[in-house]
Amino acid sequence: MTHTRNKKINRSTAGNVFLFIVLGLGAAFMALPIIFLVNQAFKPINELFLFPPQFFVRNPTLDNFRDLFILMSESWVPFTRYLTNSIIIVLFGTVGHILFASMGAYVISKHKFPGRDFFNKLVVLSLMFAPQVTAIPNYLVMSKLGWINNLLSVIVPAWAYSLGFFLMSRFMIQIPDSLIEAAKIDGANEFYIFLRIVMPLVKPAWLTLMILSFQMLWADQGGRFIYIEALKPLPYALMQISAAGIARAGVAAAVGLIMAAVPILLFVFNQSQIVETMATSGID
Amino acid sequence: MSVEVKTAKKSIFRYNIREKINEIKSNRVSYFFLAPYAIIFILFTVIPVLISIALSFTYYNMLEPPKFIGLGNYIRLFLADDVFLIAVKNTFVFAAITGPFSYFLSLLLAWMINEFRPVVRAIFTLLFYAPFISGNAFMVWQIFFSSDAYGYLNSFLMNLNIINSPILWLENPQWIMPVVIFVAMWMSFGTAFLAFIAGLQNIDPSLYEAGAIDGVKNRWQELWYITLPSMRPQLLFGAIMAITQSFTASGQVIALAGFPSVDYAARTVVTHLIDYGNVRFEMGYAATIATVLFFTMIIAQRIVQKILSKVGE
Repeated sequence: MTHTRNKKINRSTAGNVFLFIVLGLGAAFMALPIIFLVNQAFKPINELFLFPPQFFVRNPTLDNFRDLFILMSESWVPFTRYLTNSIIIVLFGTVGHILFASMGAYVISKHKFPGRDFFNKLVVLSLMFAPQVTAIPNYLVMSKLGWINNLLSVIVPAWAYSLGFFLMSRFMIQIPDSLIEAAKIDGANEFYIFLRIVMPLVKPAWLTLMILSFQMLWADQGGRFIYIEALKPLPYALMQISAAGIARAGVAAAVGLIMAAVPILLFVFNQSQIVETMATSGID
Repeated sequence: MSVEVKTAKKSIFRYNIREKINEIKSNRVSYFFLAPYAIIFILFTVIPVLISIALSFTYYNMLEPPKFIGLGNYIRLFLADDVFLIAVKNTFVFAAITGPFSYFLSLLLAWMINEFRPVVRAIFTLLFYAPFISGNAFMVWQIFFSSDAYGYLNSFLMNLNIINSPILWLENPQWIMPVVIFVAMWMSFGTAFLAFIAGLQNIDPSLYEAGAIDGVKNRWQELWYITLPSMRPQLLFGAIMAITQSFTASGQVIALAGFPSVDYAARTVVTHLIDYGNVRFEMGYAATIATVLFFTMIIAQRIVQKILSKVGE
């Protein structure tokens, strides 16, 4: 496959060089702010406020990170508490999302039953929902359930994240029906088929769901339904620290770098699986 | 209508119901699998949308029970709320620029990236996608556009003697929207971009060989006659993502332009909604804004779907 790709028809070398230069310039522009963020995070305080401002760091130091840890250890809710909340949210939110979205996506893509197409249409429609649009009624639902100031209010809605469900069901459609039929003839029940045949085949898809749900939950500041300090997740604490204005410019850069590095690294390590999943994302 | 026909109709009706119930019963395993997802989805997505639509016809401040006021909110929104009109104008300007621009640029970039070897491809993909997933990294632009002489852009332009006093990028109503749009574009190569990259990789190479025999001469013809029609489903998915992103921008707008922004210069429909929902607690009115936004997005999606069906014709 990769071999045939290299010998494309209708291609000129000049065209390829031109494309490479255009892409290279574009990519450099895209990367510049992130490179700047890295530099900023390692700048000592005198370089942060140099005039005229300098893009690159000259004497890199870990001062900003050290300051961040000092600030974290001085907060009256211990740093580990924020971290634990974040880990609980990300872990349970992601595992539940993968499990429930895969179970639902399996029957949506491989079974025929009344209501299936209608439900599928609803999910596609909901891809357009922004959380802000339903924020108010969501608050009412949460308070009826008694989930205000409860981590469940962040975790459980993440289980029904519609982009993940949609991508998973699209990916599962390409599993050959004959494979499932053969297992049925051999006497396997639906649970066995789902766990032992379908799930191993859609590994790229659930890695993608994992990344998407991780990204969303990792950035969640719990702001809409959680008001108790001890239940706030890590990003909230970090943003509070960095929001203290100009005096914390270096710490803010360190926070920004930590927040950005985690999802970017996850993407780097799973890029090929994610792209494979996205290939089936089309809507007819 | 005679009595016999009526009873016959009734029995057919009853038979249909019984048949449906049997059909549902025989599919109970399917429903069991779907149930956990469906219940949560209905509880946190479908019901809130319905509540939102219902609340839009009421006056509701969260303390007193909702009071039905008919179309009052809608009349106020379209006829009496000047700031909403500013918000609508800003949102449409924002959506009309960032939506199509990021969509076509995503497609163009994905197509260009796909011309290269897998390693080069992976690196370029990462570089363009990173801003989208890098959380609050867009805050960097705040330093860049900072309004005093310490701001990078001001300092740079002053050094070159293009300007001789700092420009208030984030406070001058004239500049706020262009800056916000610029930053939004920077971080707009997201899910749609990945879907395009993936869609391009999965096109059957034999289609291109067949095309070459049929007289496709260069990569541009290939793009229009073979590549785009083959990835029409991804194009529609990408359009939905682009519409959502461009119509509901609020986080980066608030972070850059402040809330409320100077002269409402960066007021969008969603920040207007946040204002009434989270600050003024006029929930009925906020729900009206949400409902209008929601139906606007559905209409936009329908139009895009119509346009996309013409690709490659």
